[in-house]
Amino acid sequence: MKNIGLVAYLDIKESLRAKWFYVYAFVFGGLMGLFFISGITDSVVMGFTGLSRLLLVFIQVTIIILPIFILITTVKSISSDRESNVLEYMLSFPVSLKEYYWGKLIGRFATVFFPVIVALFVGVAWGLFKGGEMPWAMIFLYSALIFSICTVFLGIAFFISTIVKSHDIALGLSFTVWIILLAFIDVALIGLMMQNRISDDVILTIAMLNPLEAFRIGAIALFDPELTVIGPVAYYLLDSLGHTFLMLYAIFYPVVLGAFFAVFGYRAFKKRDLL
Amino acid sequence: MKIVEAKGVTKRFMGAKVLDDVTLDIKIGEQIAMMGPNGAGKTTLVRAILGFYHLDGGRIRVDGYNPVKERVKVLEKISFIPQLPPPVKLSVSELLTFVQRSTGARKERIISQAEAMELDIEKHVEKPFFKLSGGMKQKLLIAIALARRSRLLVFDEPTANLDPKAREQFYGLLESLDYEHASIFITHRLEEVEGLVNRKIYMDLGKVVEDERI
Ligand SMILES: Nc1ncnc2c1ncn2[C@@H]1O[C@H](COP(=O)(O)OP(=O)(O)OP(=O)(O)O)[C@@H](O)[C@H]1O
Ligand SMILES: [Mg+2]
Repeated sequence: MKNIGLVAYLDIKESLRAKWFYVYAFVFGGLMGLFFISGITDSVVMGFTGLSRLLLVFIQVTIIILPIFILITTVKSISSDRESNVLEYMLSFPVSLKEYYWGKLIGRFATVFFPVIVALFVGVAWGLFKGGEMPWAMIFLYSALIFSICTVFLGIAFFISTIVKSHDIALGLSFTVWIILLAFIDVALIGLMMQNRISDDVILTIAMLNPLEAFRIGAIALFDPELTVIGPVAYYLLDSLGHTFLMLYAIFYPVVLGAFFAVFGYRAFKKRDLL
Repeated sequence: MKIVEAKGVTKRFMGAKVLDDVTLDIKIGEQIAMMGPNGAGKTTLVRAILGFYHLDGGRIRVDGYNPVKERVKVLEKISFIPQLPPPVKLSVSELLTFVQRSTGARKERIISQAEAMELDIEKHVEKPFFKLSGGMKQKLLIAIALARRSRLLVFDEPTANLDPKAREQFYGLLESLDYEHASIFITHRLEEVEGLVNRKIYMDLGKVVEDERI
């Protein structure tokens, strides 16, 4: 496994020069900046202190946009490497497929994880500067959630990239995955519930299986559910399964799911033609 | 001493047989010109030797190893230049790091091979590889391939982007290789490699239609 670090390191170097990385870092940095300017931190609304409110809004936006960023940029770069024969050349060197695949995954992970986590910490630093208290629990939970989001969507992205060879189809599929997951968070689920054709258990199971819903619930699990509009499904789950369980679930379930996808992707990478 | 052994190799893409029962042995010391019309399956055959494809039939061994299952062992022995210079986004120095760490070929040796084709790598180390000119890319790929001192050289139309002088220098470098090896040159211009080769293979429609040792 001597080359795994090499592949990861070179992937990071390559990403740091890529345009998508700048857009990405700019979006998450910009998001924080926007929150500062708009004064979210200054008001005490609905029982949140400024900093908690800032972090909560940040994580909620992140849950929605981070997945599509990860999916699109990852799928795009892998499939364009394949179509432009970069993969052919790089894999003509004595590097095992294991080293190449997992090295790329680790490198990618670093480049998608750090800008978001840095934005989070900048937000915290700003909040402290403005005179808030250090929200340890939130920082810890949200860092873990960001880690978890990155893992699950990178796993899915690597899976899609190895299964689907065509650039356009891979991009389309990524987008579809994101839309479906989004559609099955609370709003759509209420619709299903109201139509009443499907039992509550099914709906709650769907909610729990959807990593986006898990993140949403995990992110608000620190608070009293009465405080915020979180949707009936999330409310019900928090009430019946307990906050601690849901926090742990929101962190670990997506990591496991992402690992499964990554491993299936690796299997497919080995079993199928490389080009 | 056989370096490549291919027996009954068959590969289909979307139902069409691109390699059709190809049987071929390559021994150390053989310098092969591989020719044939566009779409004959030349690139597919060398990619199969490099372990990129799972075969539909037959088997390939490189120095006794299976290119798919033991790719590291196989690729340690092969220097490959693809048909089109790939738009690698790594900088030149990063690419050289990758080559040195994965193959053991020293950067200095790559640089001196490139100098022999009048490419001054030191001037371009910070540039992304894909921003080099077509000919510069090709020279660098050649320099990397030769610096590895592999026992099997696989060159898929390596001179397409080179000016006449660089071509001469390239063939000069090949002639000066001072160790036992075999080479496959895929080419549409036999006259260029004629002086270098001692075997000619013609492919058409996925088959070897002519195999002539000189
Ligand atoms: N990945 C692939 N999927 C589908 N068809 C493919 C694939 N790779 C090659 N082919 C087809 O296989 C045939 C042989 O292609 P190959 O690239 O081996 O030809 P070639 O002899 O190298 O031709 P040229 O002289 O033009 O380089 C072509 O018809 C090509 O379209
Ligand atoms: Mg070809």
